[in-house]
Amino acid sequence: MRRVLTALLFFTLLVVAWHLAARSGRWSAVLVPPPADIVAYLWGAISDGTLVGALVVTVKRLLLGYLCGVAAGVPLGLLTARFEWVHDTVGTMGLGLQALPSVCWVPLSLIWFGQNEGAMLFVVVMGTVWSVALATDGGVRNVPPIYARAARTMGSRGLHTWMRVILPAALPFVVSGIKQGWAFAWRSLMAAEIYVTILTGFGLGQLLNYGRDLNAMDQVIGVMLVIVVIGLVTDKVLFSPWERFLHRRWGLAKV
Amino acid sequence: MASVAEELRANPPAKLAIEHVSKWFESGVVKTHALDDVSLSVAEGEFVCLVGPSGCGKSTLLNMIAGLELPDSGSVLAEGQRVTEPGRDRMMMFQESALFPWLTVLGNVLFGLRLKPGLRERERQEVAMYYIGLVGLGRFAHSNIHELSGGMRQRVALARSLAPNPRVLLMDEPFAALDAMTREQLYGDLQEIWAARRKTIVFVTHNVREAASLGDRVVLFSANPGRILREFAVDLPRPRDINSPEVAVHAMQVTAALKGRGPA
Repeated sequence: MRRVLTALLFFTLLVVAWHLAARSGRWSAVLVPPPADIVAYLWGAISDGTLVGALVVTVKRLLLGYLCGVAAGVPLGLLTARFEWVHDTVGTMGLGLQALPSVCWVPLSLIWFGQNEGAMLFVVVMGTVWSVALATDGGVRNVPPIYARAARTMGSRGLHTWMRVILPAALPFVVSGIKQGWAFAWRSLMAAEIYVTILTGFGLGQLLNYGRDLNAMDQVIGVMLVIVVIGLVTDKVLFSPWERFLHRRWGLAKV
Repeated sequence: MASVAEELRANPPAKLAIEHVSKWFESGVVKTHALDDVSLSVAEGEFVCLVGPSGCGKSTLLNMIAGLELPDSGSVLAEGQRVTEPGRDRMMMFQESALFPWLTVLGNVLFGLRLKPGLRERERQEVAMYYIGLVGLGRFAHSNIHELSGGMRQRVALARSLAPNPRVLLMDEPFAALDAMTREQLYGDLQEIWAARRKTIVFVTHNVREAASLGDRVVLFSANPGRILREFAVDLPRPRDINSPEVAVHAMQVTAALKGRGPA
């Protein structure tokens, strides 16, 4: 309770300071809009549906691409950990591609797929898949061999060992991998949406960029706030349950 | 509950025969002769302790009986059958508990039972609870592994290896990492369980006193190459106390034989 109050006090002071700075007259209201203007913008954008529409478009792109990335990345990581030749080939390629900031996929993706959902999907998948695969691979390699030996003596073989022993044993690594993948996917999608107008849907990134074009700083900051909130909510909804589970079962500090 | 009772009664202890087994390990240019022409037979229901300095191949021999490793020459027979892979009739309990942290105590004990055909899920639960109770952890069935002390973890590991009702129990320094008090409690428990559940036990340790207090027979190994140096029969009444003078006398004989071969 005390910590909540401290946080609340901090943010209240921040808003008050901002308000006073905006009212001081040192900066143009166009550059530093007061908090009330931002609230007004957000309220208007929610009322007329533009914000919700953009939110739906962006979140849809993100979830679809991210789920595809995880669905491909985890099995890929298991394969690179299981087969030396996959590790030497696909694994090495993954290591290289993971070092490539995923924004760099945007130009290629736009030329290959055009200014449409396919391009967005490709960018998000590329941002996700390699970090997830590498984390899964690393996680599997860190599983103490004694787990697999113990499982073998109890009659576990092949696929059963992989699904019931290796994968759960690697879970803490996999979870931190898919969390990192999420961060990459989110950043690459925002970059792509700001970088280019996608004709098939008007996302948050475009809304942000239009704010710049219109010189509407209340819109720019308002959309930035929404993007921050999405990041926080995702962390709570998507990852916190996993981390709590790991914490309870393994007794680990939060990943 | 006839079938649970049957499940618990099944599988009398088995006998083991190790015949002229040799094993080499290579790492880089170094080639170690881990076991050199080792022969040993273990009777049904016998409690045999393997002791010796590190590197004498006693753990390797245990892994071979488990089927986790294969001999380079010679053969390992369990109940007359050549051992080529792990089997439920020979369960292994490891140095570190090797329990699965993503499962509860019950989940860990159920792991092997779920791989054993012929039981319904409810019966498996019942069998698992029986063994969790047998090692004195009935109240902790739903605890997570990280919440347990080292001694409790090894009890869970014991329950887990007993649960599929193996005929042979292979133990690789299972109590080495525990404090003396906990260890002495577990010596008592293990002897009781061995008597009640009728198992053939092969127990690897570097603690001579532990070996003398637990085993019907103590097999002393020497290192480089790993060979059987001598065997000692320990025919003291049970249950035995590791602190009793009789056990100490037997342990001294083993230690003397070990020292006769130079520093361990």
